[in-house]
Amino acid sequence: MPPNAQPLTPLTLTAYTLVTANGRGVGPVLQALRERRSGLKPCDFEDVPLKTYIGRVEGLEDFSLGNELDRFDCRNNRLAWLGLQQDGFMVAVAEAKQRYGAHRVAVVMGTSTSGILETEHAYQARDLAGSLPAWYTSRYRYTHNMFSLGHFVRACLGLRGPATVISTACSSSAKVFATADRLLRAGLCDAAIVGGVDSLCLTTLYGFSALQLLSTSPCRPCDEDRDGLSLGEAAGFALLESSQCVSRRGAVALLGYGESSDGYHMSHPHPEGAGAIRAIRDALGRAGLQPRDIDYVNLHGTATRVNDAVEDKAVSGIFGLATPCSSTKGWTGHTLGAAGITEALISVLCLKHGFLPGTLNCKRIDPTLHSRILRDNDVRPVRRILSNIFGFGGNNCSLILGTLR
Amino acid sequence: MKVGIQGIGLLAAGLEGWRAGRAVLACTEPFAPVAVPDPEAALLPPNERRRSSDCVRWALHVAQEAIAQSGLDPREVPTVFASSGGEMGVLDTLCRTLAEPERMISPTLFHQSVHNTAAGYWSIATTCQQSSTALSCFDDSFAAGLLEAITFVCVEQRPMLLVAYDLAVPAPLSEARPIATGFAVALVLAPPSDCSLAGMHLRLDEAHQDEPTGLVDSALEQVRQDNPAARSLPLLRAIATGGSQRVRLSLLESQQLVLDLDPCRN
Repeated sequence: MPPNAQPLTPLTLTAYTLVTANGRGVGPVLQALRERRSGLKPCDFEDVPLKTYIGRVEGLEDFSLGNELDRFDCRNNRLAWLGLQQDGFMVAVAEAKQRYGAHRVAVVMGTSTSGILETEHAYQARDLAGSLPAWYTSRYRYTHNMFSLGHFVRACLGLRGPATVISTACSSSAKVFATADRLLRAGLCDAAIVGGVDSLCLTTLYGFSALQLLSTSPCRPCDEDRDGLSLGEAAGFALLESSQCVSRRGAVALLGYGESSDGYHMSHPHPEGAGAIRAIRDALGRAGLQPRDIDYVNLHGTATRVNDAVEDKAVSGIFGLATPCSSTKGWTGHTLGAAGITEALISVLCLKHGFLPGTLNCKRIDPTLHSRILRDNDVRPVRRILSNIFGFGGNNCSLILGTLR
Repeated sequence: MKVGIQGIGLLAAGLEGWRAGRAVLACTEPFAPVAVPDPEAALLPPNERRRSSDCVRWALHVAQEAIAQSGLDPREVPTVFASSGGEMGVLDTLCRTLAEPERMISPTLFHQSVHNTAAGYWSIATTCQQSSTALSCFDDSFAAGLLEAITFVCVEQRPMLLVAYDLAVPAPLSEARPIATGFAVALVLAPPSDCSLAGMHLRLDEAHQDEPTGLVDSALEQVRQDNPAARSLPLLRAIATGGSQRVRLSLLESQQLVLDLDPCRN
């Protein structure tokens, strides 16, 4: 833990919602986890001929936000809208707004590519002079600009507190928890909507393809034959309040977080996992916990050769060989800027329902990995979970979630 | 919430470096904008420097100036990088390539397209393993970055480096987001006991009948309005002129950061 950091007052997740390729809302996602049903399918996104699997959310192509929100219309905000509609989330936010006032509820969102798909389409639609179409230029602010998601969520929920969009590649929507905690602790808000949305686009599909990091089959985290990641898309949101202000018993809460950098390379992790180790230790320190207090580690587990090996080094170095670990990317794909919130909320489902997901698609665990990697689902009570997210630029974040007594 | 300002880095046409910029902002030198030469960004190894984007070089250049002034070891200082659009030049190249039938994009260009590219290059160049955040709040990205940085300093009781930058947007993307000239600024903020340049008290206020602070000089005011990172100019001007001053920065339509500046006693 940084020298002067205070132990965290747990932050309750009063309400939460999640949409992935596995379904709309936490119910269908939980069911898919239990039934070990992957959301990954052969790539059918637009006209993309890449031989890869994707976790596409159904129905976004034919979707209307309605007149009032029309200027925000893009795939990313459609997905955000879909997320906001599930699990009674809007009602819970309306109640919080009533309780605290619209100025006292912050919005902290994460995304890596925002509505870039609109810009990709606009470039394809340039006129003979090379100019972009007017339907695009007048709406850039509401679609592709990095803040668009924050603007949209704030508009949908009628909130007037501080707002920002964090964009640190894959760690974006894990770091939102840390920023929200600081805003709450500084007394700048009484509640915060945290979350993240990332949607499929050409930039990431062709970008990861150019890096030769896309698997030709559904991704197989921790498998000895793993050959890369599968891209997915997701939207997830949570309402955070201080556990001193809302009833605690049985509630799921954020207990700690750790943020770090590798300081090593833009797209390769530090070979010894130095940044990952720092993030995990920082999260444990802030939660006032020891490694043995953690019942399960939700790995970043992208299924690239390098990520899984380096993460294993960091995790087994801290937790030893007994703590169960798994990656859930075989269900959702790597949802990039939404991976943090997706896996935080999957962890919440594990805590609430007392089960651990095994690593879907992992047939033979890579014998060079030392951690206790779960292949099959397990049913057991779980009290505390650590979730890892590591991203481009060597940007790392670990979260600890747990059930309050 | 109170912090001390320990170092400032600045780069824009007519405002090359804090020393020159301070003289202009304190009105002891005229504002004479001429095109800024490619920043040195001396921290970057030559091969990385060649491959890096303009954003990276501008951001690292001002970050280095501010951190040098603070006398802190950059490996010990967490960072926040604030930019409205981030790597707009890289995104222009990527989207052009993706509009061609082959869509053969460069892997290097792809990993340089993320919003945290400058943040990543800074941590690599300094081998800093501290927390690093990259964020956006459209035109109010500087204010949002400042809020994140001050909150961090006050809650964690340790220094932080804030870097805000936006560069001129290339055509045709400029039709969607016109930004005519580049601007980069860096502030090293620390708990108030370490104050060296100025002390600053922050309050978050509901939007007010008082307008956000602007600049009297019309040429500088034009820069402020053109570039989101240049929304820092009223704060920089207050530091440059010294004395006790109040600066209001807009944070979305609904709120304002109210900053009360005090000269340091030491």
